[in-house]
Amino acid sequence: MDLLVVLQAGVGTGTVLLFATLGEILAERSGVMNLGVEGMMLIGAMSGYSVAIKTGNPWLGVIVAMIAAGLLSQIHAFIAITLHADQVVSGLALTFLGIGISLVLGDGLSKAGTVALLPTLSIPLLSQIPILGKIFFTDQSVLVYLGYLFIPIAWYFINYTRPGLHLRAVGEYPAAADALGINVFRMRYLYVFIGGLLAGLAGVTISLAIAPGWFSEMTTSGQGWIAVGLVIFAQWDPLRAALGSYTFGALRRLILDIQGPMTLFGFDNPFYYNPYWGFFLQMLPYAFTIVVLVIGSRDAMRKRLGAPAALGVPYIRGERGK
Amino acid sequence: MVEMRRICKSFPGVVANDHVDFDVRSGEIHALLGENGAGKSTLMNVLAGLYKPESGVIKIKGRVVNFNSPRDAIHAGIGMIHQHFMLVPSQTVTENILLGLEEPRFHLNLREYDRIVFELGERFGLKVDPRAKIWQLSVGEQQRVEILKMLYRGADILIMDEPTAVLAPQEIEDLFVTLRAMAAEGKSIIFISHKLQEVMAIADRVTVLRKGKVTAAGLDARSTTRQELARQMVGRDVVFRVEKKPKEPGKVVLSIRDLHADNDKGLPALRGVSLDVRAGEIVGLAGVAGNGQRELAQVITGLRKCRSGQITLNGEPMTNRSALFGILRGVAHIPEDRTHVGTAPNLSVTDNVIMKQYRHPPLDRHGFLNMPFANKFALQLKSEYDIMVPTVETPVRLLSGGNLQRVILAREISGHPSLLVAVQPTRGLDVGAIEGVHRLLLQQREANAAILLISEELEELLSLSDRVFVIYEGQIMGEVKIEPGEEPSSELIETIGQMMTGTPLEKVHLGKAEQHV
Amino acid sequence: MSESAPVPVPKRRRFFPYRLRLEPRLKEPPAWYPVVLSVGAIVVALVIGGLVIAVAGGNPFASYAHIAQASFGSIGVLSDTLVKATPILMTSLACSIAFRMKLWNIGAEGQFIMGAFGASAVVLVPLFPPETSAWVVLPTMMLAGILAGALWGLIPGLLKAKLNVNEIISTLMMNYIAVSWINYWIFAVWTEGGFQMSPVFPKNAWLPRLLDYADAVPFFRGLTTHAGLLMGILVAILLWLVIYRSRWGYEIRLIGDNPRAAEYAGINITRNTVLVMILSGALAGLGGMSEVAGTVHRLQTSPIAAGYGFTGIIVAWLSKLNPLVAILVSVLFGALLLAGREIQPSGIPKMIQGIILVCLIGSDFLMRYRLHIERIAEEA
Repeated sequence: MDLLVVLQAGVGTGTVLLFATLGEILAERSGVMNLGVEGMMLIGAMSGYSVAIKTGNPWLGVIVAMIAAGLLSQIHAFIAITLHADQVVSGLALTFLGIGISLVLGDGLSKAGTVALLPTLSIPLLSQIPILGKIFFTDQSVLVYLGYLFIPIAWYFINYTRPGLHLRAVGEYPAAADALGINVFRMRYLYVFIGGLLAGLAGVTISLAIAPGWFSEMTTSGQGWIAVGLVIFAQWDPLRAALGSYTFGALRRLILDIQGPMTLFGFDNPFYYNPYWGFFLQMLPYAFTIVVLVIGSRDAMRKRLGAPAALGVPYIRGERGK
Repeated sequence: MVEMRRICKSFPGVVANDHVDFDVRSGEIHALLGENGAGKSTLMNVLAGLYKPESGVIKIKGRVVNFNSPRDAIHAGIGMIHQHFMLVPSQTVTENILLGLEEPRFHLNLREYDRIVFELGERFGLKVDPRAKIWQLSVGEQQRVEILKMLYRGADILIMDEPTAVLAPQEIEDLFVTLRAMAAEGKSIIFISHKLQEVMAIADRVTVLRKGKVTAAGLDARSTTRQELARQMVGRDVVFRVEKKPKEPGKVVLSIRDLHADNDKGLPALRGVSLDVRAGEIVGLAGVAGNGQRELAQVITGLRKCRSGQITLNGEPMTNRSALFGILRGVAHIPEDRTHVGTAPNLSVTDNVIMKQYRHPPLDRHGFLNMPFANKFALQLKSEYDIMVPTVETPVRLLSGGNLQRVILAREISGHPSLLVAVQPTRGLDVGAIEGVHRLLLQQREANAAILLISEELEELLSLSDRVFVIYEGQIMGEVKIEPGEEPSSELIETIGQMMTGTPLEKVHLGKAEQHV
Repeated sequence: MSESAPVPVPKRRRFFPYRLRLEPRLKEPPAWYPVVLSVGAIVVALVIGGLVIAVAGGNPFASYAHIAQASFGSIGVLSDTLVKATPILMTSLACSIAFRMKLWNIGAEGQFIMGAFGASAVVLVPLFPPETSAWVVLPTMMLAGILAGALWGLIPGLLKAKLNVNEIISTLMMNYIAVSWINYWIFAVWTEGGFQMSPVFPKNAWLPRLLDYADAVPFFRGLTTHAGLLMGILVAILLWLVIYRSRWGYEIRLIGDNPRAAEYAGINITRNTVLVMILSGALAGLGGMSEVAGTVHRLQTSPIAAGYGFTGIIVAWLSKLNPLVAILVSVLFGALLLAGREIQPSGIPKMIQGIILVCLIGSDFLMRYRLHIERIAEEA
């Protein structure tokens, strides 16, 4: 088992989580919790794959995937923002909805034929860097490189631009933003939509790049939920999100690859000889997510940071409180 | 400058503004006076673009305007500074000031704007550190940021909603100086208040609202009296005092020694507080909001841990014991926050009134609730305390502020408490309800309960308390006795005022001694 | 902009001079209103579901008719519906007690699975000699199921209570872990001849079914409804008593409505968080035992990890967290699930569940607000 290859593949897997996590960070920063990431990712995966098969053009698939997931997100947006319903339940409902619709519309997709995948490439020069070059810049899907770009863009946008300032204000203290003429509702709809776009992108990254194919619910197998957990670990910061996503991606690859070879670092590979121990390996990403949550919660308590203050609280203008 | 004609605005169930006329000239300070719920804030929210009136006309500088959002109002030169500041706590002063503006276009060059904000502050005498985060600032400083925010946007008309509610007397003076300076520059200032003294001190003209209608428009502040304004506000001659009989206090019920506690941000809120409350007396705690009163109430009622110090209840140590400990021993708490702490909004009136006593028979029958008895109990309290609800099954979120407070009072007092901690019990209530609360508190005093009354209304404290402590920045500045049956002297009020701004009692006396020499 | 919820409205185009205005209700709506609203939501959901089916190339009317026929068409299928309803009832009860306290236990699925595991372990280890009476084996299985489920609920409960770890994600993760866990035992330890299932349980580990009494009551012939349903109904009644009539139930409701008020009233939220999660897990675990001992009779992943935990969430919500109503609603969803087995595409039941939930949440809004259609009158 070549560790470098594992890490290299891990970057690809991590990119999926990265898109989903960044999208959810943007939505949550505006104050809306969208738990429907898993559903949106699945819709993205399915629609992207389906379009790619029918038209032969994977890029079209990417665009359709993003838009489909974005539209789905607007259902949640309507319920959470305009109807001020409970965002937790609405997000869950969205998950069921997304999964359900994907299964229905995606029925038979796995037998629908071959699909054109998104190109993979290596970046000249950068891929020559020892170790890091092999991991990050060699033979990665274009979407992975897109992911690299998104990280600094998201970070810069949130912290150093005017729209980013407005975003943060809307999530922390929407009344202040509203009183100064910022349209809180419109911003929240927008960022939920962007969150949807990115979740769709995450989904299609799976079905057209990283693990091509359509495997019903197993296509995403809970990565949407892991992304939600990563948002907390990331303390709503894109840089930490990147750290978490790629680490997780590497972990998932490791789990897959570790079961293959007969020897591991010179010793007999216990997972080869006891294949059923693989089940315990399968538990790891999920157990790790819990660990990640614990770390995230403790950090929040320590640094008195934590979630955007208005997260999950519907904004009602002129509420006659107190 | 500003003309509002026949403005009507309603909310479900209540007409907040009923054909209101209101106008302001440039360079004047015009006070909008009225009790809580009279419609002052609503009217100004209409002017500021937050609400849209059902009918009526607004003219700014002679031109008719139609605001669809706060942004429109800001463009027209109107800046509103709310009672609860609209500032994002985790962001800096500059970031808050820049919020919602078109400039800077995309990239946030904070350093540049820090400088601009600082200069603006210097120009108007409102000094503040542009890079400080809002949660680090004092209340007075936050208010300065709010004003700067509006000035930065070129506001010519400033609306200030109860600006002095959170300020100490000295800070109020500073604010008045600033306001006069701005008026002198030609700006119009609308000053919403329910405090007669302040209105008389600062305003050029006064308009009074009562129950949504204008009862006195544009009165010249200098040529009217406090009595006259009060009558316009309330509609009948207001009695400024409630009857309080002299009473001999009994044993010490609550004893606090050298209490130290932190607030939510981890900063010290109580720094060595000591006081006693005896049975049959009302001890008032005066002080501007934010000086540790909330934390003190929370520590006493078991909702917050203290770092050090001792609390004793009837001789029994109660330091850092749970809320349940106090409840089981007859500690009643009327909390500051009626809706978010004191009641459960979606539960019925019955469910809310049994909240403190449900652990005891006859409400509790071996772990099961005796619902028929609970309902009977609720009905009884409903009539006793005049709670206006269709049925006792009604969820309390549908109740008005006054009724909600009656529910809380009914619940707390019906348990025959030995110690009653009342925090801002009359905030937001109309005069009738306030009288009712005061009566109930005095009744409990007769019944030998020990009452700790924490309030920002000095008048309330003076009329109800037997003794008054003053708290400032977490420390007790001093204690004064209030003789029953007499109007408190202006000297007494001044002493308390000085303590509220940080002068300990000894120094106050020293100061007076020096004066007499 | 008006101060009420800004429903998207055409901007001043006069051909539609009406505006939707929403205002908060001041009084409680009449008692029949929530029911009508919920039914209406379901109807809307079915319509939407039908549209999606049509888009996917199916025939919605045929599908729905098929569902009705396949679930209530005869006594036989009615019994099958009840069989399907049983696990759903248990998980919905588990969810409803947790949701009462605003503890979002999405892990009923995992707790259910672990309950099935615990109960199976009693049989498969085996804990008792083969001829032990069912009166000993079955209660032990129940206990094991309850304990296993309770443990699975305890862990996220503790994490939430002590460390404020988001319970939605932690319980969800526990679901996945539970699946891997029983997969291991099924594949590696208890496998029957290399197949992906355990051996069939001996008769003393089977919950009594109606057809066991077919000799005495011929009507019962072929009916697989089992004692788990009875258990479920009993638990529902007990739960109702606890929530609405007991002290503890009152405390739970208070915490769920306003935790700060509960704190103020002296209630210990941390302790109750853990207790409620334990109870919730225990109920789901009991459901797992009932399914494995009443229907499947062996430990096998796909019939056990069949999504009952998730359906339970929707049923709980649809029943407005009322245990007695849940009994009825579980039957409805049992029908849906039963018929869904044979419908193509197979994702339809899941999708309909999702749509129903979305419509329900949306309709909930109408409980709190009233819709006014009014003319746009003046212009300033």
